[in-house]
Amino acid sequence: MNTNARAAGRLRASVFVPALTLLLTAIVALQMARERQDSPREIDAQLLYVRSGTALDRLSLSYDALMADAYWIRALQHYGGTRLSKRSDKRYDLLYPLLDITTSLDPRFVIAYRFGAIFLAEGYPHGPGRPDQAVALLQKGMRAQPEKWQYPYDAGFIYYWWLEDFRSAAEWFDRASRVTGAPWWLKALTATTLAQGGNRGSSRLLWQQMLATADNDWLKQTAQLRLAQLTALDHLDQLAAMVAQYRSKGGQVPDSWDALVRAGFLSRWPVDPGGVPYHLDARTGVVDVAPDSPLQPLPPNLRRR
Amino acid sequence: MVLPQIALHVFKESVRDRVPYTLVLFAILLMASSYLLGQLTAGQEVKIIKDLGLAAISIIGLFIAIFIGIGLVSKEVERRSIYNLLSKPVSRRQVVMGKYLGLALTLFVNVGVMAVALYGVLAYFSYAAEPVVKAAWEAPALDPALLMAIGLIFVELAVITAVALLFSTFSSPLLSAALTFGLFLVGHFNADLRHFDQIVSSKTAVYVARTLYYLLPNLALFDVKAEVVHGYAVSASAIAWALGYAVAYISVLVMAAAFIFERRDLK
Repeated sequence: MNTNARAAGRLRASVFVPALTLLLTAIVALQMARERQDSPREIDAQLLYVRSGTALDRLSLSYDALMADAYWIRALQHYGGTRLSKRSDKRYDLLYPLLDITTSLDPRFVIAYRFGAIFLAEGYPHGPGRPDQAVALLQKGMRAQPEKWQYPYDAGFIYYWWLEDFRSAAEWFDRASRVTGAPWWLKALTATTLAQGGNRGSSRLLWQQMLATADNDWLKQTAQLRLAQLTALDHLDQLAAMVAQYRSKGGQVPDSWDALVRAGFLSRWPVDPGGVPYHLDARTGVVDVAPDSPLQPLPPNLRRR
Repeated sequence: MVLPQIALHVFKESVRDRVPYTLVLFAILLMASSYLLGQLTAGQEVKIIKDLGLAAISIIGLFIAIFIGIGLVSKEVERRSIYNLLSKPVSRRQVVMGKYLGLALTLFVNVGVMAVALYGVLAYFSYAAEPVVKAAWEAPALDPALLMAIGLIFVELAVITAVALLFSTFSSPLLSAALTFGLFLVGHFNADLRHFDQIVSSKTAVYVARTLYYLLPNLALFDVKAEVVHGYAVSASAIAWALGYAVAYISVLVMAAAFIFERRDLK
């Protein structure tokens, strides 16, 4: 009787396991076949059911920090997905609400304020181009954590780089410098911004400090890119001067970098810090970073200063 | 010597009920998700693993507390195995207290295993991270303060277990589960009752709300997860108040459960 039961069990298993495998394979095959007929509906990235951070905070019970993480990941995906999208009508409409909810759920989420402000301030189409929202987010951070000098420093940064309001930038740097534990160089940065705001030297100082104090790879990469852009702007000035000299000697625009190499102005083709040769317009003689350079677009306000 | 025996019996029964398997599943899910999370969080993986781990310990513990707690007494009565137990030289009060201690032990072991799993994942991230990345963390990955948050989660679960046990002495399992979960929700909202006077003008309503605020469990006292994850200090006095409150509340609930069970007609 016992042997019979074991044999029946083995038989059931020998039928059950292959049948289960077959059915699972059929499910996957059917899904793939259906997708070939009709591609799956894209997730509507512009959908946000609850927009009140306070309401979500209450609904999250004691799991508000975990909810904040979920909204932070969603904000990153929204920003990254939109930025990488090939669409011409990119929309970052949900970025601020997502960051606002994230920071309402977890008011001490430092990176959400700091990265969020950078994302919001980034010019269109690489970002929404909303420095006003970036400053508003940082001010929310300052209310939650007045002991963090980084928030007023970042606000000053936004006024400096994106709004070119150097007086306001200096005021924010000064405010940051007065927070207990703020680094000494903020005082110097305030003075430099007031005296030389907008020139490449003070911009370089700003980004060098950002690079030195950056505590994550993304911020470091951003600072490195900006410093490389500033170097490229210096190179462009030098190359433009060489082209002008060449023209004054020969009377015509060099048709390529080879002409400048042959004339002894250059030892080889000039390459930008991103590793891409600079572009020389053979018709006008204008030099610029190549369209496919990772340094594009260069900050227009810092050209030829 | 009867109490430890009953408590151990409850613990062994929960092991037979395969409760620990959920923990293994938890640990595997946590470890599997941590790799994916690392790709999505812009350098915030340690914070998110801590948030996720603490929330998972709390939620899984809540399920264990409710779904085992509601059956502690009512199942025994339903199965009529209570008669077998009461035929021994054991009082009803001892049964209730022993069962409570047994479930508390089960929760303690489960929370402990989950804490080990969480520290295991964090240890991997701590080992793999470069010093410059570690310097940016608000609190170290293997922060001993996490144990404080986990300890208070256990204390909160001990309160919820006592609530489930109380309902289990006079109500059906389904109703007990609903009522316990309801009290868990209220326990996280009851700060609103404290400030009811800011929304309504009726003095009676304010008085009732204020009374409920003091009577219902205030579970927000046990939530220090965010502080610990962000590396903020939690004062010793706050922990002492929370522990004192829990001991008093659990004592009241278990005594009430024993009182009700002693007077219950089991025929």
